[in-house]
Order: sequence, then structure tokens, then C-alpha cells
Amino acid sequence: MTFALALEQLLNGLQLGVMLFLMAAGLTLIFGVMGLINLAHGSLYMVGAFACAVVAAWTGSFWIGLVASLACAAAAGAVVELLVIRKLYDRDHLDQVLATFALILMFSEGTRWLFGSFPLYLDIPPLLQGALPLPGGTEYPVYRLAIIAAGAVVAFGLYMLISRTRLGMRIRAGESDREMIGALGVDIRTLYTVVFALGAALAGLAGALVGALQSVQVGMGEPVLILAFVVIVIGGIGSIKGALLGALLVGVTDTMGRFLLPKILALFVPPAQAGMIGGAAASMLIYIVMALILAVKPRGLFPAAHA
Amino acid sequence: MKKLLAAATLALSVSTSGHAFAEPLKIGMITTLSGGGAGLGIDTRDGFMLAIKNSGNKDVTVVTEDDAQKPELAVQIADKMIQSNQVDILTGIVWSNLLMAVAPSAVAQGKFYVSTNAAPAALAGANCNKLYFNAAYQNDNLHEAMGEYANKSYKKMFILAPNYPAGKDSLTGFKRYYKGELASEVYTQVGQTDYAAEIAQMRASGADGIFVFLPGGMGIAFMKQFAQSGVKIPVMGPGFSFSQDVLPAIGDAALGAKASGQWAPDFDNEASKKFLADFQKEYGRLPSIYAVQAYDAAQLILSAAGKASVKDADAFGAELRKADIKSPRGKFTFNTNQHPIQDIYLTEVVKQNGVLTNKTVEKIFTDHKDAYAKDCKI
Amino acid sequence: MREAMIVTRENLINLILAALLLAVPIGANWLGQPFYITLATRVAILALAATGLNLALGLGGLVSFGHAAFFGLGGYVAGILASHGFSGEPLLFGFSGTNQMWVIWPVAVVLSGLVGLAIGAISLRTSGVYFIMITLAFAQMVYYFAVSWPAYGGEDGLSILVRNQFPGVMTMRPMSFFLICYVILLVSIGLFALIRASRFGSALQATRQNEVRVATVGIQPYRIRLTAFVISAMITGLAGALFADLNRFVSPSMLSWHMSGELIVLIILGGTGRLFGPLAGAALYVAFEYALGGITERWQFFLGLILLLVVLFARGGLLGLLAGRARHG
Repeated sequence: MTFALALEQLLNGLQLGVMLFLMAAGLTLIFGVMGLINLAHGSLYMVGAFACAVVAAWTGSFWIGLVASLACAAAAGAVVELLVIRKLYDRDHLDQVLATFALILMFSEGTRWLFGSFPLYLDIPPLLQGALPLPGGTEYPVYRLAIIAAGAVVAFGLYMLISRTRLGMRIRAGESDREMIGALGVDIRTLYTVVFALGAALAGLAGALVGALQSVQVGMGEPVLILAFVVIVIGGIGSIKGALLGALLVGVTDTMGRFLLPKILALFVPPAQAGMIGGAAASMLIYIVMALILAVKPRGLFPAAHA
Repeated sequence: MKKLLAAATLALSVSTSGHAFAEPLKIGMITTLSGGGAGLGIDTRDGFMLAIKNSGNKDVTVVTEDDAQKPELAVQIADKMIQSNQVDILTGIVWSNLLMAVAPSAVAQGKFYVSTNAAPAALAGANCNKLYFNAAYQNDNLHEAMGEYANKSYKKMFILAPNYPAGKDSLTGFKRYYKGELASEVYTQVGQTDYAAEIAQMRASGADGIFVFLPGGMGIAFMKQFAQSGVKIPVMGPGFSFSQDVLPAIGDAALGAKASGQWAPDFDNEASKKFLADFQKEYGRLPSIYAVQAYDAAQLILSAAGKASVKDADAFGAELRKADIKSPRGKFTFNTNQHPIQDIYLTEVVKQNGVLTNKTVEKIFTDHKDAYAKDCKI
Repeated sequence: MREAMIVTRENLINLILAALLLAVPIGANWLGQPFYITLATRVAILALAATGLNLALGLGGLVSFGHAAFFGLGGYVAGILASHGFSGEPLLFGFSGTNQMWVIWPVAVVLSGLVGLAIGAISLRTSGVYFIMITLAFAQMVYYFAVSWPAYGGEDGLSILVRNQFPGVMTMRPMSFFLICYVILLVSIGLFALIRASRFGSALQATRQNEVRVATVGIQPYRIRLTAFVISAMITGLAGALFADLNRFVSPSMLSWHMSGELIVLIILGGTGRLFGPLAGAALYVAFEYALGGITERWQFFLGLILLLVVLFARGGLLGLLAGRARHG
């Protein structure tokens, strides 16, 4: 194993982590402020990807598509919040799980209704095509570097939003004491809608960014959703910092596991078998890590105030 | 009858071969019309129905239902079609895992199963059955063809497939014919959408060729990411990796990719031209290989339906085995295990009039048979 | 036990439900429509699986989003034992599998119980959303293991060529197999009623309502919950073994998180924590799936819509609508 390969894999892990962070940040924010567990977050990711693909195909510009993905996902989030989610805040987690599970079914089938069953085409913008040389004599796709950068910008932006703005102050207040903030005269219903739409927009952004790398199709949100849940549980539900660190941990662990486990096993068993068993073990790895972390710290690495 | 998703009853044309059986025949089509794999099922259904429509045979009824790519649901529908709708023949399943749930028990209940795509090794060898026919191929065939092709110009191959039985069959099939060195053999998670880690390994492996079997969305994701990676090693795969259902979504990243297939839209024979024109006229898009396979499956059933009663399994089976059809693939006959003997070609992804499609390059195998027929005792 | 004797409206409805489930297949048999027997069997088995989950979720308030793990495990026990029994290849310690249900069931129950013990022991250290997520994660772990492990078919699953045997019963006949499932379902519902009325059951329900108070009277909530979780896993595992025999097939999709979600859906549709809630929910769900699937290709959309309406406006589920508010809970 060379240095160049290790570096490339580390970047891959980082990029996966950043992408997971965009998903997990919204989830954890929504849980932290409203105490809501939202399974339909993956559907908003899908909405973002479809919006970007459709608008990009229509206008010929990925960037307009990206803006559309943010707008559509935020709008879808706001509508869902007003019609459904709003009624769930006072319910127990069981009702929330079921209602948002029902939303997944509706979003998936509804999307197929509108856009058909074939995957859509979404390409990387010309500006970000190709690969850049890296130290060690290898190359790395510009687009993946751009995703890492975008994730860093979003993480910083969220930090500034929450620590420096009036909206952020209300979010923090909501996280620490939900009744109190209502009593202080803050329009809590609007705040909730805004927070939900913000989380949805982040998911939509992730969907659009990733849509250019893989296929834009119905059901694309579900595997990511489960990974994002693993992330926020590891990080501590309700904690943005936990989501960031959890996302990076999961991203790097998963990538390195897929890369290293078969190689380690190959020292003991024939290569074909090592590939198969290593592949099986790698796909279970992050769940094992999660179980280990929760066995030691039942509320995640960075438990939030009240979750 | 209102429970039937789609039922087709169509006009009878005058049969050409003397005495025809004007006996009703009911076909149950179970295929994937919802969920991520729906594109394949829709092409299957459309290809099948095109042949039924063209035949004008009004004794044939087709009942279609969606399996949502769930084995349990497929089993439930199969039970319903056999017990409640009383179908004579089942067909349409796209995926090997669903086929393994449905076909063995259907044939055990005395129903014919004519596969339009899935062709697991388990049903081609010792466990073959005289009521089970496959109109597509045997799962290994297209991979074997790429192994054979790779011998020509590649010395060190990097091979990759998802970690599930069809993926293992794929790489086994490839290795059955490929004689050169293997740089690496990698199994990825089923449904995986990010291949950065694997592409990094490819770059570092020193391979001179890459063989990937990644159907559906997995293939789309891989090809797009590979194109961005700066890795310049040629990529090849079995036909479904670059079939018409995924090409538009991969885009130009697929250009130049080599694949193996039993059919491509540029085939120069009467049946193929007619099929292509009819399909485009009816549905307004290019057909995929799944549509061709289903079209042939329907033709096979229709060819037998005119000559024997489906209630007489031996006679009907014998008619099916004759494979008296005009396949868009050209030559088409059945082996002893009732899987096709056919030519397999090398194709290349090209752009014609702004549409991505496959172009035939050369023939890899003539009258190719699968490796399991010798274990089949029918 | 005493309160179960009283003829309440709910008890009457329960009786009607149980009778209906029996009447449908008998009628179908008489009319020569064997498919409806298969459908009723499916209802009985799903109801059994959900009854298991209801013990943890309904009585104990433990929202397990990973019960598919036990359901699939039971299924794989049936599939693996049967495939070894068929091929004669030794499985463990010279034991070469079996196609006898009376051997398969205890193995499925014990194995599910053991895995439930391991998963429960770690998961129950957490609570609330963490518990939901960690049970989901464990189930995903089992799912990926089953998908990638080549020996028993991986993603393709495993076929059971001939349905497993039960002494003195023709299990291939739909009616006979239905009766087996029906009896097991009634026994399990009876067991659920016994547990609910027992001291253990009271303690379990008390842990759901007020953990601190339970702890102060000297009961350890952790142990109570773990016991409930293990029993719950056992019942769901048994249902899995029957489900594999119904389909004559087992695959990782029995282990998927959609399956876990569906089990929860069944309970809520019927009425959480109610004795016959799972049966009512399973009957309703299978009927929806069957009827909607016949009307439109978009049935999943409408299924979602119906579920959503139930959660938002019919909180007690079907039994809540029919029998009024629950007496407990």
C-alpha cells in the first residue's frame, strides 16, 4: 500500500463524511429543536436530486439546478411541516416514526408518478470536471474536492448561523427549553417551519451534489438516511458538533473498512474468499462501531442538553 | 376481473400452419413495476405485450402484477395467479432472487415458467425442470463472453461485482474463460452508490483492463464516478451494465465502453428491424435488452400455443423446445437444459443522432452454450 | 386474569375477529378459492410476529425498529434446517437438519431468544430515540450479514422445496397449514394476555409509565425490560419460521428495515398494546395491500396516505375506533 493510495482513500472517506454531515445536520437540528424523529428526511434528499436533474436538463445549467434543489427541498419541507409534521410534535416517537414512514411511501411513489421509473441524468458542471494531481503522483476528481469544500462552508455557515444570528439564538433557546421560548413571545410555529425547511434544504443540497456523482432515482434516499441516523446517534442526537464528528468518523471508517478489511483477510485466506468475507464484514463495520460506542456511551459522543 | 392490473385480449389472426389450437391460454406476468428497479420491469412488460399485440392472438390473456422487487410479494402474487386466476404459464420476473422464490414452486405445481431475464445457475444444472424455460440466456453467458474477449488484448484484469450470488456467478463466469492474470477481485456491497474507494484501488493496481458487473443504479454511479477520476484504464462489462435503460442516465461517461450482448439495436436482420420499429412506434423510446428477451419469451409461448394444448405439458413443452420463432437476435435454439444456444457479440457504446446506444463490433461466441447443461437430466 | 373474563365491548370484538379469521379460509375452501386461505395464513403469521413485538412495544413501550432481525432469523432457521434435511449434509455436530416443524420451531425460538438477549442487553442501556436507532442498526447488521454470506444464497435467498412436515398433518394443503398457524396465533395471544395480567406484566407496564417509581420499589427496570424483549424476540422468531414455510422461501428482505417498519405499522393500525391489535392491524394491512394492489399500480402511495391518516386522526387504531379508548395506558 502506497502513501498515495492511503491519501486518496482518506479523501474519499472525508468526502463521504461531508455528504453525511449535510444529511445529519438537518436531522439532528430538527430533533434538537422540535424533538421530532423524521424518517422522511431521505425523501427530501431525493427531492433535491430530482429538482436539480430536471432543472439542469431544462436550463442546461447545473448551477441553476443546484439553486432549484435548495428551493424545492425547502419548499417541500415547509409544506410537509405545515400539513403533517406540525401535528406530530406532541406525539410520542412511535407516532412520528409511523407518520414519517408513511411519508416515505408517498414521496417515493409520488416521485415515480411525476418522473417515471427510469433514472434521470445529471452531470457534473464543466467547471468541476476532471481530476487534479495530488502529492504522491496520483490524481483526485475536482468534483469530490468541491463537495468537501462545500461541506466545510456549510458547516461553518451553520456554526455562524447558530452562534451569531437571532434565528440561531432562538434555535439554541428552543433546544434547551421548548416551553420557555414560547413563553418569551417568540413565534414558535414559524420558527419550527423555518428550522424544518432549513434541514430539508440541507438534505436537498446533499441530494443534488451527490446526484451528479451517482444515479438520480427513486429510493436513493433510503440508504443515506440510515447512515445519517447512525451518524447522529454516534454523535449524540441534537448536537451539530456531534453530527460533524460522527459523519467524518462514519465516512472514514466505512471507506477504510471496505479498502483494508479484504486486504487484511487476504493474508489468511485465498483472495476470492477474502474479497467476499471482507466485503461482508466491511458492510457491517459501521454498525459494529455504533454498537460499541453506544454500549460505552449510551447517549452518543456529545450528548445534547435534553435529548 | 377488475383485480387484474392489466389484461389483454386481442384479435386473432388467421394461423398460417393449418390446424390451430383455439384454446384459451392464460399467462401470468409478475414483474417489477415500482421501486428502483421498475425500469427493467416496464421494458419487460412492454416487450412482451408488443409480441402479444403483433400476433393478434385473441385466445391469449396476460395478467400483469407488480412485485415491487420483493420476493415475498412475488410469491404471494404467484400463489394468487395459480390458485385464483388459474394461469397456465408464469413469466416476467427480472431478478434471480425473486425467480428462485417463485419458479421452483410454480413448476412443482405443474405450471410452465418461461423466464424473460433471470437465469440462476441453480436452475440450469442438476435442478433443471422440463417446465422451466429461459428465453434470455444463462446468467454466466455474457460474463463468459467478456472473459473470452479480454484474452485478446488484456493481460492483467481488475474485476469487480456486487457481493451477492449473481455477482459471484458473474466473476466465476468471467474467470472460466479469462486466461490472463488478475490484478484484483473485488466484491462491493449490494446497492452501493459510491465507488471512490474501489476506483482508487483500480488506479493503484497496475491493471490494463477493468471488468465490472454492476446492474441498474450501481452501474450508473460507477461509470459517472470513473469518468471523473482521471483513471484511463478501459472499462468493460456484460450487456446489462450499458443497456438502454441506464445509458441516458450515465450520459457521455459511457462512451466507448465495451460490453457483451445477444442483441443490439443495429442488428441487421428482418426481425430485429421490425421489432425496433414497432417498439419505437408503440412506446416512443429505444428498447433495452430486457425488452428483446421478453419479446422472444412471448413469441415462444405464442409459437407453442398455436400447435399444442397447454394442458398437455409434454406436447406443449416439445413445441416450446422447437423455438420456432423469428428472434431479433437472429439464431435462437434451445439447449438440453432449455436455456438458449445463441451467438454473443461485442458491443460498444456510441452516440447516434444525439442518442447513446450500443453498436455491434464483432462476434465473440458462436452458438454459445452454458456450462451447466451437462448436469441437467431432462 | 379477572378483568379478561368480563364481557366488554373490546372482548366481543376480539371474539368476532378471531372467528372471522377462521371463517374466511373455511368459506374460501368451500368456494374453491384457495388463494384466500393463503391470504388468511399470511394475516395469522404477521399477526403472530406483531404480537411478539406488541409485548415489547405495546406493554413495555420499547419501540424496537429492528424486529425484522428476529423475524428473518426464524425464517432462516426453517430454511437452513430444511435445506440440510433435504441434502443430508451435516450442519453441526453430525446433526444434518430436519424437515420436522416440531424440531424447527424450538430451534427458531431459542435462537431468536439468544440473539434477542444479546441485542437487548446492549440496546436497553439506551432509551428513547437511541433505542429506536440502535435496534435498527443491529437489524441492519444482521441484514448485511445475510446478504453477503454466500453459504445460504445471500441476496438470492433460500428455497424450501417442500413445506416442512408436522406429524399427522398434510402441511402442503393450504387449510391444514392455516390451522397450524391459527392455533399458534391463539396460543400466543393467550400467552400475551397471561403475561399482561401477571405481576411481571404489571411491572413491565409500570416501567413504561414511570421508571423512577418502579426503581424505588426495588424492581430493576433493566431486567424486566430485557426479559420482555427476549420473549418478544422469541415469538417474532417463531412467526418468521412459519412465514418461511408459507412462502417456501426465505431471503434477506425478511430482515430489511422495511419489514421492521411494517411490523410497527401493523400494531399501530390495530391499536397499540391491545390484545388483538396485531390481528386487527394485520388483517387490515393485508386487505389494503391486496385491494389497493388490484386497483392501482400506485398502491404504495395510497397505502402511505391511509397510514398517515390513521396516525393523525385515528390514534387508537382499528380497535380504538371500534371499542373505544383502551383501559390501560
